[in-house]
Amino acid sequence: MTDPRVLAAEKAAIAPLESAPGPGGLAFAGALGLLFAGALGAWGWQLLNGLEVTGLNSPVFWGVYITDFVFFVGVSHAGTLISAILRITDARWRTPYTRMAEMITIASLPFAATCVIVDLGRPERALNVILYPHLTSPILWDVVCISTYVTCSCLYFYTALIPDLAFCRDRWATRAGWRHWLYMVAALEWTDTPLQRRVHNRIMTGMSIALLGLVISVHTNVGFIFGMTIKPGWHTAIIGPYFVIGAALQGLGGLGLIGVILRRVLRLEPFINEHHLNQLRRFTIALICFWTYFTVAELLTTYYGGIPPEMLVFWSKVTGPFAWSFWGMILGCAVIPFILLVFQPGRLTAMLAWSGALINIGMWLERYTIVVPTAASPFIHTLARSYVPSWVEVMISVGWLAGFALLLASFMRVFPVLTLWELREEVEEEHAAEHGAPES
Amino acid sequence: MRSPGPLVDTRAGDGTRRGFLKAGLAALAGGWALLVRPVRGAAASEPESRAAEGLPRWGMVIDLDRCTACQSCTAACAVENNQSLGSVAEAARGRLNRWIHIVAVPDVGGERGGVRLVPIPCQHCENPPCVKVCPTSATYMNPEGIVGQVYSRCIGCRYCVNACPYTCKYFNWSEPKWPGDMAESHNPDVSPREKGVVEKCLFCHHRLQRARDRARAEGRRIREADYVPACVTACPTGAIGFGDLNDPESSVSQMAGSPRAFRLLEDLGTRPKVAYLRER
Repeated sequence: MTDPRVLAAEKAAIAPLESAPGPGGLAFAGALGLLFAGALGAWGWQLLNGLEVTGLNSPVFWGVYITDFVFFVGVSHAGTLISAILRITDARWRTPYTRMAEMITIASLPFAATCVIVDLGRPERALNVILYPHLTSPILWDVVCISTYVTCSCLYFYTALIPDLAFCRDRWATRAGWRHWLYMVAALEWTDTPLQRRVHNRIMTGMSIALLGLVISVHTNVGFIFGMTIKPGWHTAIIGPYFVIGAALQGLGGLGLIGVILRRVLRLEPFINEHHLNQLRRFTIALICFWTYFTVAELLTTYYGGIPPEMLVFWSKVTGPFAWSFWGMILGCAVIPFILLVFQPGRLTAMLAWSGALINIGMWLERYTIVVPTAASPFIHTLARSYVPSWVEVMISVGWLAGFALLLASFMRVFPVLTLWELREEVEEEHAAEHGAPES
Repeated sequence: MRSPGPLVDTRAGDGTRRGFLKAGLAALAGGWALLVRPVRGAAASEPESRAAEGLPRWGMVIDLDRCTACQSCTAACAVENNQSLGSVAEAARGRLNRWIHIVAVPDVGGERGGVRLVPIPCQHCENPPCVKVCPTSATYMNPEGIVGQVYSRCIGCRYCVNACPYTCKYFNWSEPKWPGDMAESHNPDVSPREKGVVEKCLFCHHRLQRARDRARAEGRRIREADYVPACVTACPTGAIGFGDLNDPESSVSQMAGSPRAFRLLEDLGTRPKVAYLRER
């Protein structure tokens, strides 16, 4: 393996593993750690006093925590959805992104799952869902889906990592320290024989297909939690697919933002080139169009039907007290990213980063716009009441985001950020094509 | 429904694939049966079958012509069921738990243009949206139609509260408070709730248990007058009737059959066992 591109990639991917974090990096990690510790403190405060310390009330029983939950599940879709879809369709431009995307998934899932626990009135009884399962409850469906999804995502991440762990093992073969042991054990004696490669490829393809189904089921079920009630604004058949497409868009936006940041910080410019950025841009534009289509379909159907309780929720979003989040969502998810990505008023990296950030803010607002206005407009609408999140909810939300960033950053220091074996395969295939040799 | 085949067809000539498909179909059918039965069970012809078993179906009728919205029922219910005292501040934030409370309802019973003060307890739906969604079966319907709540099993996810179209289930935002020596006058028949669980009107189920014990001790069947919830006793105008809807002779059955009778949000299909009588 003497191709200079592969050597350079190996060097770049290994660099963060070999060097100690600089003062800037340490300060950044420290700040994130403080925010996360603050969130844990706020949760402790909430455990002591009950959900009284939130802004929730009757009838707004769900608020920011549930919004955060759906948001983090959405973030997690970067990895599995993007890397699985692109692997199945054998899209070549995926190579520099797959590992990153899978890391985003693994880093966000713990925070997604704990958002629900934070929301519980009796978190210590969470296991009752499994001890006394009630099959008709969409929450039980969700617990099944998400735990399967977490397990499979971890396995998928790990399976894709094995050849690269073996590479690290060889690098650290003669060095002392925990990395030596970690890579040695985790690489599962991978020796890169043709048989191992063949088996590995088959497993990866199979898992990609399985994960694609899981990703759809997970977010559909998150939508079903709302859709299966008979509340106006929640009870709609589109909500499952709408959540799936939203999560895909959000995952892609997140990958755009984090990809651009890592490209700069870890000096990955030679591997994530204009072509890769441009493909990501096109894919994002396509998903923005899909998302807009779903949004318009839902709004138009509600408006045309004009059923009074539905219209109460509708107008509270469009012109009422939730107009800020509704229009923020429209601007953040669709209008501004579309303009930025289609007309590109600046450098492509900047456009991808900005639209990625906006899409994620917009998707958070989308979930807020789904959860809160419906809760705030009950059928007996003289019981309506507004909702303002408390400092505890804000601290926990911010801290969870910081925790996610910290976990993601720590992954960068333990595992290679590029999928080296896929890069090698790609280069080998190119060589084979250049020399006219038949593919083996 | 398609009848599920054998799990693995050993006779099939082409081996495992057909067996696998059949097993998959059987699993799907089984899953469908498991999922759908509990949902339909609550909705379909159960009251009738239970009438055959001789079980009562407890229900309530509230005559809006007699109700003066004096809130005696609210106070009686709060004392009877050991509800946290609460405060003005909590009430203003929407965190006061009163299992029967007076709500200004617009266009009540299909009458246009007016707002009427209506006492609203749990409607004890025959097809309760809260029971379907509970992930731990902490909320359930008992064989006599009372929608119950197991406080010690509830995880406080508040899904049931969100699913209830009447907004008449309540959440304990904090530990309940009884200032001074209030706690000493607790009703010993009713367990106080802790912070973080959902609570609701149970038709004073503890009174039913007492009444049934007494009837059994006296060697007779339970009579209508034996079991009366606190709100019914407290109502100064006799606006609330209560009894067995399966007994056509009971006063509550006859009131529920009145041409003035209607139910809240009737077209949602929840089939409440609390009926209201329009003003004359």
